[in-house]
Amino acid sequence: MAVKTFPKIDVYAGAPEKKYTLFMLMLGFIALMVGTLFGPLQAFNYGGLDLYPFLKPVFQSYYQGLTIHGVLNAIIFTQLFGQAIMVYLPAKELGLRPNMTLAWVSFWMALIGLLIAALPLLGNAASVLYTFYPPLKAHWAFYVGAALFVLSSYVSIYLVLEMWSRWKKANPGKITPLATYMSVTFWLMWFLASLGLVVEALFLIAWSLGLVAGVDPLLMRTLFWYTGHPIVYFWLLPAYTLAYVTLPKLAGGKLVSDPLSRLVFLLFLLFSVPVGFHHQFADPGIAPYWKMIHTILTMMVAVPSLITAFTIAASLEVAGRANGGKGLLGWIGALPWNNPTVLAFLLGFLAFIPGGAGGIVNASFNLNQNIHNTVWIPGHFHLQVGTLVTMAAMGTAFWLIPHLTGKPLVARGMALASQWLWFLGMFIMTFALHWMGFLYAVPRRSHIAGSPIAMEAYRESSAWMVLNIVSGVILLIAAILFFYVIYATALQSRRDPDRVMSEVPFSEVISKPEGSSLALLTERIWFWFGIAVVLVVLAYGPVLFQMFTNMNPVPGQRLW
Amino acid sequence: MEQHEHVIERYERAWILFGLAMITVFIILIGYMMLTMGNTNPVSAARIDATKVRTEGDFANPRVEQVGNEYVAYVQAFSFGYLPMEMKFKAGQKVTFYITSPDVQHGFKVENTNINVQVIPGEVAKVSYTFKKPGEYNLICNEYCGIGHANMVSKIVVEP
Repeated sequence: MAVKTFPKIDVYAGAPEKKYTLFMLMLGFIALMVGTLFGPLQAFNYGGLDLYPFLKPVFQSYYQGLTIHGVLNAIIFTQLFGQAIMVYLPAKELGLRPNMTLAWVSFWMALIGLLIAALPLLGNAASVLYTFYPPLKAHWAFYVGAALFVLSSYVSIYLVLEMWSRWKKANPGKITPLATYMSVTFWLMWFLASLGLVVEALFLIAWSLGLVAGVDPLLMRTLFWYTGHPIVYFWLLPAYTLAYVTLPKLAGGKLVSDPLSRLVFLLFLLFSVPVGFHHQFADPGIAPYWKMIHTILTMMVAVPSLITAFTIAASLEVAGRANGGKGLLGWIGALPWNNPTVLAFLLGFLAFIPGGAGGIVNASFNLNQNIHNTVWIPGHFHLQVGTLVTMAAMGTAFWLIPHLTGKPLVARGMALASQWLWFLGMFIMTFALHWMGFLYAVPRRSHIAGSPIAMEAYRESSAWMVLNIVSGVILLIAAILFFYVIYATALQSRRDPDRVMSEVPFSEVISKPEGSSLALLTERIWFWFGIAVVLVVLAYGPVLFQMFTNMNPVPGQRLW
Repeated sequence: MEQHEHVIERYERAWILFGLAMITVFIILIGYMMLTMGNTNPVSAARIDATKVRTEGDFANPRVEQVGNEYVAYVQAFSFGYLPMEMKFKAGQKVTFYITSPDVQHGFKVENTNINVQVIPGEVAKVSYTFKKPGEYNLICNEYCGIGHANMVSKIVVEP
């Protein structure tokens, strides 16, 4: 009997960048899945329920789980998502192909860096949390792996700048298309922002290998937060980009203003980096007037988010009215809430509003004294990166994975349910954490469920603690539903390229860039990058100079 | 359609002005409150060799001293506790804390107050506060300092 063979369709033959994007995206989601599975354990801890003893032979402590949760979700997943989206969108928009050899180099650097860092993490030799503050000293492989992983993003920076300059040469005098503009400013911001982490890594690698006896903890903190606050914009801007360039289209409307959207990204380029001292308001060793300067600059970063709130809301209103919504608020109901991508963004933005208000509190020099290092802080950033950023990624996966693979989305109902549950779970949890931190000074990143002393000290917050357990269960179910949907979609054998979106859903715009003086002004990216560098030098230069010339090294400790 | 665009752009401008005005008000309020309501932000009093904290100088002998109508406290925050183990003050009298660490980073947060210090090895932090209400206050380490971090809770007693 003759064996009948079907012709194997190579969906990536004409578009190898799709394969690269899919691999980056899926590696990111695998990291997110592993990290997220430790999330409920952290939530249960803040409910007084300690499950870590049951994981004992494999995972040693709450702090090991917390390190894995933080590193995978906040460093690995977010960067891989940026490397997928912020390379793919400009490539599609410009109709150009990134240098594929280098694209795969960046993928392998990220993967190998991740694996090198994962070994000490899994072996409990790097339970130093996401912030890895010295003098707590991790195994050298943790720092080397993390450094290699971050350096992989530098290849992505090159990929995008190279495509952009190729397009510029072919289109002299034209205004850069919007998604590309966002991507270029995003990567330039990250280049400037990541320098702190790169310099810190050099110190930490030398220290962990025993080449130097100690490092200065204050200098390391300062270098960490130099990158550590802009890194949140590094997480956020891919979500904003998708909200600007795809969400209006997916919701059935148009983007209100292209020039204003450019202004938003330009403001992030200018103000993202010189703000890190607002994480160090409680630190001795930095003069108060420097902290005040960073307070003002941090407040300025709220402006582009306020503009975004307007533009996205207005674009959604245009969509709602186009769908037949009437009256003052009728357009809200007329939005396609049954589209899992749109739903994810709508709920994500809803949670982002109180999160932004909380951020203003954190950035306020004196209000910060009340909440510094309490569970208010994880409450705050789970409202930001845990909702809008993560939900934008999850929502985008619902159209992007089918778009990249030619395989239709499975279990759409589960996709919708996952987003509602995720939103609900995050909302309950962050609500509880904010109040526990603010009212009862419950500390962040503390294994309170394993400590009778701590449980006694914080017993007044027990009513809020119950909410953490509830939210942990809800979030676990949401995560299971979400990961089932994307893996079932990506791994199914059925390919149905006709039924999935063949084009990236780029939004049309109402106010166009052509003829706009604002758009022309924002187009001088290198000039603005120079201004951003000057701002950073002014806001950080004197303090860093003083720290580098007066180092006070402290030997390392392993206390876990 | 022209009309529609025009309206949105007008609202847009108003919203941006509102945002900038709001930010400006916040910044002024922060400055005003810091000048008038007592500033409890910690400052650096000195730098110190962290490896000698336990053996040399003021911190080798952690203590509370009464100086006239005020207190001065020299506090070691270490893994996993504070020295002196218990601190007592009288309500209404100013306390100046000097805090440092002989090992890793710690927190020094006193519940129901604005005292919240990042304790960094090599740095001596200084913060002043006047306890008004008598009672027992939890003193909490809120920076991860190792496996016993959650147990690092102490008491400050304020007597009437």
